[in-house]
Amino acid sequence: MPMNENHKDWPRALYDLLGREGIRQVGVVPDAGHMELIRLCERDAALRTVRLTTEEEGVALALGAWLGGEKCALLMQSSGAGNCVNMLSMLAACQAPVAMLVTMRGDHGEFNPWQMPMGKAVEPVLEAMGVAVSRADRAEDVVPLAEGTLRIAFNTLRPAALLLGQRLLGAKTFKE
Amino acid sequence: MAADRSRDERLPRRAVVQALLAGRGELLVVAGLGAPAWDAAAAGDHPLTFPLWGGMGGAAMVGLGLALAQPSRRVLVLTGDGEMLMGLGALATIGVARPANLAVVVLDNERYGETGMQETHTAAGVDLAAVAAACGLREAATVRTMAEVGRLRERVHADAGPLFAAVKVAPGKPPLVLPPRDGAHLKNRFREALLGTQAYCQT
Repeated sequence: MPMNENHKDWPRALYDLLGREGIRQVGVVPDAGHMELIRLCERDAALRTVRLTTEEEGVALALGAWLGGEKCALLMQSSGAGNCVNMLSMLAACQAPVAMLVTMRGDHGEFNPWQMPMGKAVEPVLEAMGVAVSRADRAEDVVPLAEGTLRIAFNTLRPAALLLGQRLLGAKTFKE
Repeated sequence: MAADRSRDERLPRRAVVQALLAGRGELLVVAGLGAPAWDAAAAGDHPLTFPLWGGMGGAAMVGLGLALAQPSRRVLVLTGDGEMLMGLGALATIGVARPANLAVVVLDNERYGETGMQETHTAAGVDLAAVAAACGLREAATVRTMAEVGRLRERVHADAGPLFAAVKVAPGKPPLVLPPRDGAHLKNRFREALLGTQAYCQT
């Protein structure tokens, strides 16, 4: 999809990007913000989409995928980034890549106070584990920043994450 | 959930791993941190053995990623009961992903061997093979004899997976045999042995 067409359909654009960049395995723990992208990935027979019970499984999956010559991306919510912490030490020690696309809770417009601690901690915690972190709050930034995240991950052999903010996603309202 | 055998009947872990890796051929091996990695090293360091020195809980999932990336190769994960208990969800994930070329073998000494031999939940009767069977892994079994280990070795090379076995091993500590510990080196030698020199040119 040309970049200037329809920024609002960034899930479809991210899906196209994963294919373009040669991602073969996608580890997922569901999140409302990733609903459409997960649906697209699961329908694609050329992608191996692995449903995880917890996000740290995905970090180990990514190391195994890379050992076998495949690129892996992980889709998760920000709370799940906290679950990945110790497992990320494997990627740092081995100089192995993964691209993490993280939908945020606990930032702009949050309703649930219990989401705030991890939401505020995502960036410093990932950075502390050696993950290169970027953040998108506007639809038109999603694809260029995701492209940069994938390139950092697989060209420089390290974990890289793109945080998708609630300004982009819309905060959960708890009204339905 | 009572333990049903006396401890002195349990198998020597080094002999179990030696038997599982005998004539390994094209087999790809992930060895979980601690004793399983030392056991694999004692059986002979090999570029297609990837020993983990950290990331406790991750061995089975590293095996899954590898098995999915290399569907024409057999993948064996050797791990311990402590590590498997830390990542039980991985058994559910593997049971759902159903990789036909993956086997997970737990060397179950019912102890945390690296931290002072404290008992794990398997010492209290938690049955990892039953968990694996409930998650849909095939022929998930507890193995207690060397004859069964021999059959397990054949299954690892030939049977449609995902396979699971918990091998009850003695809680002793054989002499340390350490594999290399530089993760980048371990990764590079594994990928080069598997993918050739194009391992360094993947874009």
